[in-house]
Amino acid sequence: MSAIVAARRAQPLTRAALSASEDSRPVRLALTAAALGFLGLFLFLPLVAVFTEALSKGGEAWVAAVSEPEARAALWLTLKVAALSVPLVTVFGVAAAWLIARFDFRGRRLLLALIDLPFAVSPVIAGLVFVLLFGRQGLFGPALAEHGVKVIFAVPGIVLATLFVTLPFVARELIPLLEAEGRDEEEAARTLGASGFQMFWRVTLPNIRFGLLYGVILANARAMGEFGAVSVVSGHIRGLTNTLPLHVEILYNEYRFQAAFAVASLLAFLAIGTLVAKALLERRIGGSR
Amino acid sequence: MTTTRFRRLLAGFALGLCPLAGAQTTTLLNVSYDPTRELYQEVNAAFAREWKQKTGQSLTIQQSHGGSGKQARAVIDGLEADVVTLALAYDVDALHKVGGLIPAGWQQRLPHNSAPYTSTIVFLVRKGNPKGIRDWADLGKPGVQVITPNPKTSGGARWNYLAAWGWALRQPGGSEAKARELVTRIFRNVPVLDSGARGSTNTFVQRGIGDVLLAWENEALLAVRELGPDQFEIVLPPLTILAEPSVALVDQVVDAKGTRAVAQAYLEFLYTPAGQAIAARHYFRPRQAAVAAKFAAQFPKTATFTIDEVFGGWTKAQAAHFGDGGTFDQIYAAGR
Repeated sequence: MSAIVAARRAQPLTRAALSASEDSRPVRLALTAAALGFLGLFLFLPLVAVFTEALSKGGEAWVAAVSEPEARAALWLTLKVAALSVPLVTVFGVAAAWLIARFDFRGRRLLLALIDLPFAVSPVIAGLVFVLLFGRQGLFGPALAEHGVKVIFAVPGIVLATLFVTLPFVARELIPLLEAEGRDEEEAARTLGASGFQMFWRVTLPNIRFGLLYGVILANARAMGEFGAVSVVSGHIRGLTNTLPLHVEILYNEYRFQAAFAVASLLAFLAIGTLVAKALLERRIGGSR
Repeated sequence: MTTTRFRRLLAGFALGLCPLAGAQTTTLLNVSYDPTRELYQEVNAAFAREWKQKTGQSLTIQQSHGGSGKQARAVIDGLEADVVTLALAYDVDALHKVGGLIPAGWQQRLPHNSAPYTSTIVFLVRKGNPKGIRDWADLGKPGVQVITPNPKTSGGARWNYLAAWGWALRQPGGSEAKARELVTRIFRNVPVLDSGARGSTNTFVQRGIGDVLLAWENEALLAVRELGPDQFEIVLPPLTILAEPSVALVDQVVDAKGTRAVAQAYLEFLYTPAGQAIAARHYFRPRQAAVAAKFAAQFPKTATFTIDEVFGGWTKAQAAHFGDGGTFDQIYAAGR
C-alpha cells in the first residue's frame, strides 16, 4: 500500500489518472464491506449461533435430540407436507403462468391479483380461514364430521395451509419469464408440426427451466419453514401434527434450549440440502442445452 | 438404510397419509394448557401402565399444549380431545356454552369442582429480592417492573389479575375503587404483555426483563429448578388466590370414539394417591390430605380466597373484567 502511495507521489497526478474506476475504489470497498458485514451480521452470525447452541452439549446430545420419536415424527411430517404440496403448487404455478402470459381473457388481472393474495395476507389469517371453512363450527364442518373426515388439526389441514402460503412462488417466478420469452419460438414449433405437448416439453420448458427450478426451491423452503398458518391448523398434537418449526417452539418453551437448536439446525440442513440439490440440477439441465 | 426399514418408512408414509387408518391401540388426546407439559408426561406413562395391567389394553395418550383459551377454542373448532385439562373453569365452560360439546353440569361430575389439584399465584423475584417485594401492594410501587401475560389470552394472567383485585378488596377499608386503583398501578408497571404463561416466564428468566414475575406457583417452582436456584427466589404473598385448574371429558368426542370408559378412568386417576403424588412432584398442590402432608415442606401455608367467594364465579368475573370494554380494557387503555 505504502509503495503505491509512494509511486503516486513520485509521479504527479494528471486529471486522466483519476479515472472513474480509480476514484470509486473506496466506494466499492465500502459497499462490499457493507454488504458482507450485513450478511455476516444478519445471516452468518445467527446461523453460527444456531449450530453453536445445537452442539453446546456435544455431538451425542445433538444426535439424541434429533432422533427422539417426537423430533423424528416432526421431520417426517415436514418432509411429507413438502412432498405433497410442492408438486401441486408447481403444476398449478406452471398452468397459471402459462394462462396469464399467453392468453388475454376476462378476469386475467383478477387471477393475477388472486395469485398474489397469499403474499399479502398474514399466514395466521390463512390458517384461520381454513378453520372457518373446515372447523367443527365452520362451513363444511358438519358435513365433514358426518363422514368422519378430519381436515383441521390433522395432516390434510396442514397441507392445505402450506399450499395456501406457497401458491404464488412458482407462478410469480414464471410469469415475467414467459412474457419476456414471447410466443415466437412456440409458434414456430407449432407451424413445424409439433403437438401442444411437444411444444411445451421441447421449447417452452427448456426456456423457463431455471425460473421454474428457482420457484420450486422457494416454494419448498417456505413449505418446510412455514410456522404461522400451520400453527393455527395443527392442533399441536405431539408426535402427530407438529412440523419441525412447531417442534422447535415446543422444545424452546420446555426449557430444552439445546434440543430446540439441534432441531433448528436440522431445518437448516434441509435448507442447505435443497440448495445443493438446486445446484446439482442446474448443472445437469444446464449442460443438456 | 435396510429394505425393511425402508418398507416401514413407506408404510408409515401411507398410514400417515390417511388419518383414518385403523388404530389397534386405544389413543386418548389430552388437550391441556402451557405449564402442565411435564406433569402429564409422567401422568400419561403411569396411567397407561396401570390401564394395561387392569385391562390388557395398550393405551397411547397424546398431548397438546398451548394457552388455555386458545386450546379451548381449538377443541370447539374440532380438535378431537377426549379430555381437556385447562387452566380455569371458564375455558372448560366455553366447551359447553360455545361448542355444546359437554353438558352444563360438567363441574359437578368429579370431586372438588373437577379440579384434582390446585395452585396459587406467587411472585418470582431476582435473588436477594432487591426491590423488597413482599405483598401485592409492592407491585404497584413506582420503579417496580412487573411481568405478567395478557389476561385477554392467558388463563394464568386472569388469575394474577383477580388475585391482586381480590387482595385489595380484602384489605381493611378495601373497596372496588381501591382494587381498581391498585390493579391500574400494577399494569402501568408492566413493560411486556406476553400471550401465555410460558412466554412471560421466558421474558423474565431468559431475557432478564422485570423485577418480579407473577406466576403460577408450579411454574415458578419449575423455573427455579430448571433455570437457576441461585438466581431467583419465590415470594409467597400472605393472601392470594386459590387457582383451580379444571378437567373434563369431552362427551361428544368420547362417545363418537368409544373412549368414555378409559377417559373417565384417566381423569379419576388424577384423584388417586398415585396421581396426586405425581401432581405434587410437579409442584401442583394436591387435594388429598395424606399426599399434601407428605409434600408440606414444598408448599408453605398461606391464606387463600376462591373466585366464587370474591367474584361470584368465573362467568361474572369474566364479564366484568375481561370482556370487551371490561375493567381490564379500561385500565389498560387509560394506562397507555
